[in-house]
Amino acid sequence: MSEPLVEVKNLKVRFDVREGIIKAVDGATFTVHYGQTLGVIGESGCGKSVTARAILNMVPKPGKVVGGEILYHRRRPSENGSEVTEIVNILDLDPDGEEIRQIRGGEIAMIFQEPMSSLTPVYTAGAHITEAVTLHRLLPIRKVGDQMAETIQAHRRVSKQEAKEIAIEMLRRVGIPNPRERVDAYPHQLSGGQRQRVMIAIALSCQPDMLIADEPTTALDVSIEAQILDLMRELQEETNMAIMFITHNLGVVAEMAQEIVVMYLGNIVERASVVDIFYNPKHPYTRALLESIPRFGKGRRQRLTSIKGMVPDPFHLPSGCLFHPRCPHFMPGKCDRIEPKWTQVGDNHWVRCLLYEKE
Amino acid sequence: MAEQERRDNILLEVRGLKKYFPIQRGLLRRTVGYVRAVDDVSLYVREGETLGLVGESGCGKTTTGRCIIRLYEPTAGQIHFKTTALSPNGDPQMVDLLSLDKERMKTVRREMAMIFQDPINSLNPRMTVFDIIAEPMEIHGMGRGPEVEETVVRLLEHVGLRPEHMLRYPHEFSGGQRQRIGIARALALNPRLVICDEPVSALDVSIQAQTLNLLLDLQKDFGLSYIFIAHDLSVVQHVSDRVAVMYVGKVVEVADVEHLYSRPLHPYTEALLSAVPKPDPLYKSERILMQGDVADPANPPSGCYFHPRCRYAQPICEREAPEFRELEPDHWVACHRAGELHLKGV
Ligand SMILES: Nc1ncnc2c1ncn2[C@@H]1O[C@H](COP(=O)(O)OP(=O)(O)OP(=O)(O)O)[C@@H](O)[C@H]1O
Ligand SMILES: Nc1ncnc2c1ncn2[C@@H]1O[C@H](COP(=O)(O)OP(=O)(O)OP(=O)(O)O)[C@@H](O)[C@H]1O
Ligand SMILES: [Mg+2]
Ligand SMILES: [Mg+2]
Repeated sequence: MSEPLVEVKNLKVRFDVREGIIKAVDGATFTVHYGQTLGVIGESGCGKSVTARAILNMVPKPGKVVGGEILYHRRRPSENGSEVTEIVNILDLDPDGEEIRQIRGGEIAMIFQEPMSSLTPVYTAGAHITEAVTLHRLLPIRKVGDQMAETIQAHRRVSKQEAKEIAIEMLRRVGIPNPRERVDAYPHQLSGGQRQRVMIAIALSCQPDMLIADEPTTALDVSIEAQILDLMRELQEETNMAIMFITHNLGVVAEMAQEIVVMYLGNIVERASVVDIFYNPKHPYTRALLESIPRFGKGRRQRLTSIKGMVPDPFHLPSGCLFHPRCPHFMPGKCDRIEPKWTQVGDNHWVRCLLYEKE
Repeated sequence: MAEQERRDNILLEVRGLKKYFPIQRGLLRRTVGYVRAVDDVSLYVREGETLGLVGESGCGKTTTGRCIIRLYEPTAGQIHFKTTALSPNGDPQMVDLLSLDKERMKTVRREMAMIFQDPINSLNPRMTVFDIIAEPMEIHGMGRGPEVEETVVRLLEHVGLRPEHMLRYPHEFSGGQRQRIGIARALALNPRLVICDEPVSALDVSIQAQTLNLLLDLQKDFGLSYIFIAHDLSVVQHVSDRVAVMYVGKVVEVADVEHLYSRPLHPYTEALLSAVPKPDPLYKSERILMQGDVADPANPPSGCYFHPRCRYAQPICEREAPEFRELEPDHWVACHRAGELHLKGV
C-alpha cells in the first residue's frame, strides 16, 4: 500500500440538540492513501458527510468533535527544494485560521453533496467568493467563471487570465457544452447537474492532494458520470491524488474504489478491499445493502429487499451491537449485550460483528 | 391494445412542448439568442402507469416537468390533462392546461405534484417539517387541525421518518432524510400525477428500496401515475412501464421498458445503457465512449443533434433532422438509421 495521506483515528462527533445528544460519528478509524480511492458507503444519516467535513475541520453547528485525531501527512517543499512530509493534526488547527484555509480547497478539496449546500445560509453580495465556493455555494449574483477564477487564484500562483483559461478547460473536461460562453453564465442559468459539474471543476482545478467527493455524481446522467469518473482517475494518475469517495451508488463505488469502509449509525462496521466487500461481505448490514439494489433484469416492479425496521432513534441507541434490532442473524442475549470488537476475517478484511468473534 | 382504449386511458398528453430561455447580454439586456431547453417534446402518460424520463444532464427533463405543472410558462405546445377537479361530480374531463385561467389552474394543480430534484427550492429552512408538509393542505383548504396532524403523521411514517421529528427544521436532517420530507409533501394532496424529479438519487440503497416500494404501493393503492426522472437506469427499469429518452431538448426514443432496454433503436440510448456502472468490481466495462462535446441547447448542431457524437453517423444525419416515427408498435424513435442498425441492449 502507498503512503498514508490522512489517518482518521477514533473520530467522535456529537450534535447537541434540543432533545439530547446525537452521536453522529462515534469512533471512526480509517486511512486514506496517496494515489488510492477509499469508498465510504452506508445508510443515510450514518455520518459519512459529517466525517468528511471533520477532515476539513468544518463540522456544521451545533456539531462538535469530541474525540480522536485526524493526522494529515502534509507534503511541503523544504528549503533545499526537496519535499518534506510534516504531520499535522487537523483538529488542532484553528478552524478559522490561515493554515486550514490553505488546506481547504487547495490541498484537500471537497465536492459537497448537493442537498448539503442548502445547509449554508444564502450569501449576500458582500460575501467572499473563495470562502463561499470552498463551502460549496455559488453566489447567485456573480458569473460562474469569475467565481471559478478567483478560487483558482487563491490556491495556485497564476494570473487572472490563466485562471480563466484553466476554468474554461476544466469546464470542458467535465462536459459543459460551449464552456467559453458558459463561463459568463450565472448559476441559476445552469441545470442541476451543470451546477454540480461546475463545483467538480472547481475542486479539480485547484490540483488538490486529496479529493473528498461526497455524492459527486448523483445529479448526473450515466454518460456524464462516466466521463467525470474517468477524469478523476486520470488526475489521480497524473498527480497521485487520493480520493475519499462517498456514495450510495454501489455501481460507482465498485468501479472507483480499491478499499471500502461501511458505516452504520456513526460506526464503521466493515473494512475491506472492494472485491471482498462485493464478493465476500461479512457483516449482515453490508450484505443487506448489497441485496437492496435493483439490478438489470432482476424482476421488474417486484418489491426490493429493504432492511427491516427503521434506523433507530439517535437518542435511544440500542445496546450491544447497534444493528441488532434489524439484523437477520440476531443472537439474543449476545448481540443486545456485547459491543462487537474489530475482528480480522481475511487479508486486510475487518468486521465488527459477534458472528465472527471467537469466544 | 385498441386505439380507442389507448386514448381512453390517457391521463396526460403533451404535444409539441417548447420552452426557450432568452439569453440576454449587455446593459440593455438585449436578447441575443435562446437556450432551447425543451424543443418539441411530445409524450403521454396513461392512468396508473409510470413513464421514465432519462437523458443527459441539461437535456431538459426538469424543465419539461416544470412546464407540465406550469411552474414555467411554456413557449409553445399543448398539455392535455384529464382532471376530475373541475366538475362538481368529479367526472373526468380532458383540458388543455395552457388555456386555463389562474383560478382553475390552481384547482387542477391539486391533482399534480412534483418531487423536486433540488430540495433547496422546496424546503423552506425557516419552516418546521410539520409546516412544510401541511402547507399544501392549508393552501388548498383541505382538512383542519387534528385531521391535518393525522395526515402529516401518516405521511411521515409512510416515507420512513419519525413523526416525533415533525417540529424540527430541515437543516437538522441528513441529505437523504430531507429528500423524504419532499416526498411526503408531494403526497399530501392525494395527487393523481406525480412528477418525480430524481426522487431517490440522494437516498441510500436501503431507503431507496423502501421509497421505490412505497411509490409502487401508492401507485397500486391510489392508481397514481408517475413521470419518473432519474439517471440511474436500473432504478428506471425497475419502476417504469415505458421510458422516454431525451437528448438536447428532444425526445429521441420512447418504448416499453423491456424493448427499450433489450433492443434499443437509438444510438444514444445504446451509449447510455453501456455506461451504467455495474455493482461488480471485477466487471470489465464495455462503455461506448461518445466522442466530441456535449451539444449546446443554445446552439445545437445541424440535422440530427446527436450526429457529432454518433459512431454510426452518415452524411444524411448532418443534413436532415430525423423524423420521430413509430418503427414498431408503441416504439418511437428519431434516427435516420433506426432499424438497419443492430444495437446492443442489456
Ligand atoms: N446541523 C445538524 N444538526 C443536527 N444534527 C445533524 C446536523 N447535521 C447532521 N446531523 C445529524 O448527524 C448524523 C449524520 O449526518 P450526515 O449528514 O453525516 O449523514 P450522511 O451519512 O452523510 O447521510 P446522507 O447519506 O443522507 O447524506 C445524522 O443523524 C444527522 O441527523
Ligand atoms: N432559468 C433558466 N434560464 C436559462 N437557462 C436555463 C434555465 N433553466 C434551465 N436552463 C437551461 O436549460 C437546459 C435544460 O435544463 P434542465 O434543468 O431542464 O435540465 P435537466 O435535464 O433537468 O438536467 P439535470 O439532469 O442536470 O437536472 C440547460 O441547458 C439549462 O442550462
Ligand atoms: Mg451525506
Ligand atoms: Mg434536472
